[in-house]
Amino acid sequence: MDNGTVIRTEGITRHYRLGTTTVKALAGIDFSVVKGEMIAIMGASGSGKSTLMNILGCLDSPTSGTYELEGIRVDGMSRDQLADIRNRKIGFVFQVFNLLARTSALENVELPLLYDRSGRKLDSRKLAAEALERVGLADRMDHEPSELSGGQQQRVAIARALVSQPPIILADEPTGNLDSGTTLEILDLFKDLNNQGITVLLVTHEQEVAAVTRRVIKLRDGRIVSDSPTGNSQPLVAGRACS
Amino acid sequence: MRSGTLIRVAVKSILKNKMRTLLTMLGIIIGVGAVIVMVAIGLGAQSQIEKQIQNLGTNMLVVTPGSSSSGGVSHGAGSLNRLTLDDAEAIERESLLVSAVSPVIMTFGHLVGGTGNWRAPCYGVNTDYQYIRDWPVASGRFFDEADIRAMRKVVVLGKTVADQLFPDTDPVGLRVQLRHVPVQIIGVLAEKGQTADGNDQDDVVFAPYTTVKNRLSGRSFIAQILASTSSPDDIPAAQEELALIMRDSHELAAWEEDDFTVRNQTELAEAAESTTEVMTLLLAAIAGISLLVGGIGIMNIMLVSVTERTREIGIRMAIGARGRDVLTQFLVESIVMSILGGAIGIGVGFAGASIIGRFTGWATTISPETVIVALVFSAAVGIFFGYYPARKAAALDPIEALRYE
Repeated sequence: MDNGTVIRTEGITRHYRLGTTTVKALAGIDFSVVKGEMIAIMGASGSGKSTLMNILGCLDSPTSGTYELEGIRVDGMSRDQLADIRNRKIGFVFQVFNLLARTSALENVELPLLYDRSGRKLDSRKLAAEALERVGLADRMDHEPSELSGGQQQRVAIARALVSQPPIILADEPTGNLDSGTTLEILDLFKDLNNQGITVLLVTHEQEVAAVTRRVIKLRDGRIVSDSPTGNSQPLVAGRACS
Repeated sequence: MRSGTLIRVAVKSILKNKMRTLLTMLGIIIGVGAVIVMVAIGLGAQSQIEKQIQNLGTNMLVVTPGSSSSGGVSHGAGSLNRLTLDDAEAIERESLLVSAVSPVIMTFGHLVGGTGNWRAPCYGVNTDYQYIRDWPVASGRFFDEADIRAMRKVVVLGKTVADQLFPDTDPVGLRVQLRHVPVQIIGVLAEKGQTADGNDQDDVVFAPYTTVKNRLSGRSFIAQILASTSSPDDIPAAQEELALIMRDSHELAAWEEDDFTVRNQTELAEAAESTTEVMTLLLAAIAGISLLVGGIGIMNIMLVSVTERTREIGIRMAIGARGRDVLTQFLVESIVMSILGGAIGIGVGFAGASIIGRFTGWATTISPETVIVALVFSAAVGIFFGYYPARKAAALDPIEALRYE
């Protein structure tokens, strides 16, 4: 296995029980992600992309199959172990931003560091401020979400995803609630972050969003139906970020 | 999360909804305030009674005509009046432990003089009485041995009597008529206040027992014999000794029951104290119930809060909060709320106790123990009633919680 592999899944399935019937949301997913990739996961609603996202984000565990995150088997971990993995290895960006209301941007970004259990000494204020600078919101740190535009809120959410320096950022329809101008800004931000070496997975159903990535995985009925590069410039060499 | 951060986060989220927080805390505030006030009143009454019992005298023993029973039927205390002056003399002569003895001959005195007339109990006692009751004179003097031997017609007035007959003057040296017998006032006693059961101890006239027995007309009887020991340690032994002397003096056969009762001050106190203790407990229990209701209020609001903040819980879990972190967060919130409510309640209790004390004249006592117990109890209420909602929050599924609208 390549040392640059961040995600490797093998035969992941996820079944839900609905009364007497079993819904097979995922019917065997195999794919790998190398460090520094920028991938779009596409599919119609009901294709299983949200379920896959939840499993990749360690919010959910697969019914069967193996999932390795940075070489560590994640499937079958306990709730608490999954919480720790989410805290250190995954940055979430949601369609509806999911910021804490009546809480300043700085405190929102600081939040993941407050749950850090690695024992390292962190200056959470300073790190949060740096993350906000990185997304271009240095002058909005004390604003609460209600005082920010949608694009700005999503930037705060991205800063929150960045602050604990996770190897992957998972974004679930990150531009679904934004107008087209703001969508471009946010996508540019993701591209910048990717250029800085961060692995980005975007779940989307919009073609133009997928177009900024380097690889598109299409799902249908819980299976991968296509997995192909988009032919974008600046291909990345595995394990080495170039900016 | 560090505990400092936890408390900061809890306080912040409590402050986000000030009105609701205040209403939630109101239950605890009223509960704790009620406990403080009620216990303050109960303890105040208790210490008042203790003071009054102390006020009765020093190391006092009381011999009263006792209950006799025949065939299992008790006739009750005082059914047979068999105390005599000989009994008092026998005690004085034979007791080794008792250092002072006085008979108390009781009669009613109708006093005429000063501004009018006044009816008060009249006690014929000896000089030891003043020592036993630990009752100083405010002016003049108490009668002495010579007065008793000579059966002098002298009286010492209690403060109430003196105030009634001589509101503006010091009556010492003046003459009044006591049951149509002219007597001279030689002293006025200091104020003693009320007994535990509300009798005015100052509404009384004292005269030498010899005078009451021989010089005043009318019926009189020995209501009790008072005695005291020099040390409180001697009281139990003295009590037994007095009983033996009394049996001897009454020539009771071995099979006969005592026809007198010897009680000590502690026994008198216990009866009164047990009543107020029951009262204090009752008051505290009633107040405790309101604290319980306050706790249920907290649980109610915390449950609403958990539902309302489902998405927040989901967000926190998604970015790495463990179930325990969420549990602690909600638990700390309810504890902070209940302790804060408890602290305010203590303030309200202090204010309430002092206001009630001022308007009713009741003594109120706030002990540090009450305050500590109230605080600990309100924190316990926070933990107890906050745990269930907090657990509910911690058990949420992050995916469901994030999807919650």
